[in-house]
Amino acid sequence: MRKVKEFFIEKLILICGLASIFFVILIFLFLAKEGLAVFKSVTPSNFLLGKSWYPISEPARLGILPLICGSLLVTLGAAIISVPIGVACAVYIAEIAPLKIKEILKAGIELLAAIPSVVLGFIGMVTLVPWVKSIFHLPTGLTALSGSIILAFMAMPTIVSIAEDALYSVPKSYKEGAFALGATHWQTIYRVLLPAASSGIVAAVMLGIGRVIGETMAVMMITGNAAVIPQNILVPVRTLTATIAAEMGEAVTGSEHYFALFAIGIVLFIMSFIINVTADLFLHKRR
Amino acid sequence: MRNTQRSQKIAFFFLLLATLLIVIPVGLIVVIIIQKGLPAINWQFLSDIPRQGMRTGGIFPAIIGTFYLVLGSIVFALPIGLLAAIYLSEYAKDSPLNRVIKLAIVNLSGVPSVVYGLFGLALFVVFLKFGASILSGSLTLGIMILPIIITTSREALESVPQSFREVSLSLGASKWQTIRHIVLPNAVPGILTGTILGLGRAAGETAPILFTVAAFYLPQLPKSIFDQAMALPYHLYVISTQVPNVDEKVRYGTALVLLSLVLFMNLVAIVIRYNFRKKKKW
Amino acid sequence: MVKFSAKNLNIWFGQTHALRGVNIEVEENEILSVIGPSNSGKTSFLRMLNRLNELHPGFKMRGWLEFNQEDIRKIDVEVLRKRVGMVFALPLPLPLSIFENVAYGVRMHGEKNRNKISEIVERSLKQSYLWDEVKDRLSVSAFKLSGGQQQRLCIARTLAVEPDVILFDEPCSGLDPISTAKVEEAMLKLKKDYTIVLVTNNVKQAARVGDRTAFFLSGELVELDKTEKIFTAPRDQRTDGYIRGKFG
Repeated sequence: MRKVKEFFIEKLILICGLASIFFVILIFLFLAKEGLAVFKSVTPSNFLLGKSWYPISEPARLGILPLICGSLLVTLGAAIISVPIGVACAVYIAEIAPLKIKEILKAGIELLAAIPSVVLGFIGMVTLVPWVKSIFHLPTGLTALSGSIILAFMAMPTIVSIAEDALYSVPKSYKEGAFALGATHWQTIYRVLLPAASSGIVAAVMLGIGRVIGETMAVMMITGNAAVIPQNILVPVRTLTATIAAEMGEAVTGSEHYFALFAIGIVLFIMSFIINVTADLFLHKRR
Repeated sequence: MRNTQRSQKIAFFFLLLATLLIVIPVGLIVVIIIQKGLPAINWQFLSDIPRQGMRTGGIFPAIIGTFYLVLGSIVFALPIGLLAAIYLSEYAKDSPLNRVIKLAIVNLSGVPSVVYGLFGLALFVVFLKFGASILSGSLTLGIMILPIIITTSREALESVPQSFREVSLSLGASKWQTIRHIVLPNAVPGILTGTILGLGRAAGETAPILFTVAAFYLPQLPKSIFDQAMALPYHLYVISTQVPNVDEKVRYGTALVLLSLVLFMNLVAIVIRYNFRKKKKW
Repeated sequence: MVKFSAKNLNIWFGQTHALRGVNIEVEENEILSVIGPSNSGKTSFLRMLNRLNELHPGFKMRGWLEFNQEDIRKIDVEVLRKRVGMVFALPLPLPLSIFENVAYGVRMHGEKNRNKISEIVERSLKQSYLWDEVKDRLSVSAFKLSGGQQQRLCIARTLAVEPDVILFDEPCSGLDPISTAKVEEAMLKLKKDYTIVLVTNNVKQAARVGDRTAFFLSGELVELDKTEKIFTAPRDQRTDGYIRGKFG
């Protein structure tokens, strides 16, 4: 009797074990189901490279290049800010901070990671946006720059914690060897530890960037609403994610617009798939 | 020699600066929200419904909505996530399937939250015809936090020493008995930590609930899982961007309530994890 | 009666050929000492007897192994492990109270009656000479006991499920001489009712305790004979070399 019960429990465990694979496939299937339908109205190359996004005009113009540029610009900006600062902070925490402070800093970074994006978006809206507007004398502070700064704060905890793990797992013998040869602590860090932890740090950066590309609420509240290809970083932009969030409410189920938004979803899904799988490969490379 | 010492001092100064550049703004954000949001917090704010187009009144329905959604998401994600973690840790440890499953988990955790919203819309709201409802929202959030639950539970299970399993099996206990009586009970703190972190994440997310459950304004509380609901993150978004002339302190107050909720849960999880590591009996 | 019988037993862990063509019989109610240097296969052999080797990924077996004249692979593994108990090298109490440690196996095999369980716990702790030292604190965590006490607790735990055979895997390697003596004393008293197979690195212990002694080297059974004979006039030169401490 016990054996029968255990047999069923173990089968249930197996099914749940396969659940993640099942859900990934399911997500992709449903995105494809609704998203691929848009290619009845527009060719893939026009979709991806078209410069005009006017989904509700007659006829609809469904080119997402401005949105791709928006996402890339904001992400690039966020990366330029968050990567050096994030890696530097990881080095500080891993190598220099005294033990008690280290624990506090790590907890602090974890709490930063937990702040909901809508809260950061709200704060960005009420503090950063007016500030950017006045400093650069712009008609509006809702710009790609504002977005990049706030997104940098969302990427940094990811970068810091994974890079810190990578530095921490460099074998102590590397460090001791360098010291034995008379190197200073700093020399050891940049000549020995950073190169040794490089694949982990690359993974950290990729995952941070992945998080930024996928961000929705904060960008929606801060980067303005202009679905045009940006000329510089001080103008409003629209990202892929914000487009979906902002327009899905108006799109009629089953309309072209609806399918187009799902198609954007497919693009995002594939981008995050590539980034995450590559980052994972880098994380496991060290073995 | 003096030059290298000097470069080190300069380098370390910049490293500290970088750290402060992250930590200080975060502290400032929290302080600003507390300072400007606290005046709005009173019993009426927390227990009343929004009035005058959400410019005054309270945020009670949003708090309740968030509570239901979070509860719903964990009801779905915890059993499945825990069993999946048991599978990875106890049954498939060395199989090639393990790597594929882990890759799927990495993927799920990287999917943008708005894509989860699309998925929830397509599957639960439209295809399964649950409509925009607490059910759809909870299921969507549940799948979103599944990776967190699986990963932290798996780590907790794997940290139970292998020798305990060997001892149990050598006494003639079955594999499942060993898991149920020895491995699981000793992994509970880690599992609890992961669950709370998952709850915190579910409470703060907006994009997945935008099209699956969130209602702009619902004066009455939801009566069943098929009803729509308001939720704190969405409410904050709405009163910050869609409703003009909302008193500043109402906005900050809402942000404060949401932030406190999420940070509190994360703090509890961190404390549990810290105590568990200190008091480990083996 | 022959308890275990191995014929041409070969096992592999992945690419490692851990046991090579082992032929051996374990007699009822004897203490069989198994000696040999590290990696000689003695522990691998011991773990064949309660099928613990199967937990290892990459485990493969060829040949024949019987328990009570039945193919060991055909016996339900949980039933086998109830009848063939094991005491490990390091004291390994489960993270439970003293009482619950001893009661664990009994509960897992379905006993629910509280009185019966208490009876069994008391009897087992007496059999391993631990009862007097712990009878007033049975609900205390097992980790609070000393190393020697923990090992005796592990013996009690194994006895509680009423096995026919007890396997000892270097049981005294983490213990001081006094605790070691206590464990050896328990082993000698247990021989009356149980069959015992003892793997040990301590050649002198093997001589003190075993009726017969088996010498393993590089996965092969080199020699098996009455303990007296092995230690005074071994047939094989390698046995002689090991016993004298020339290697291992």
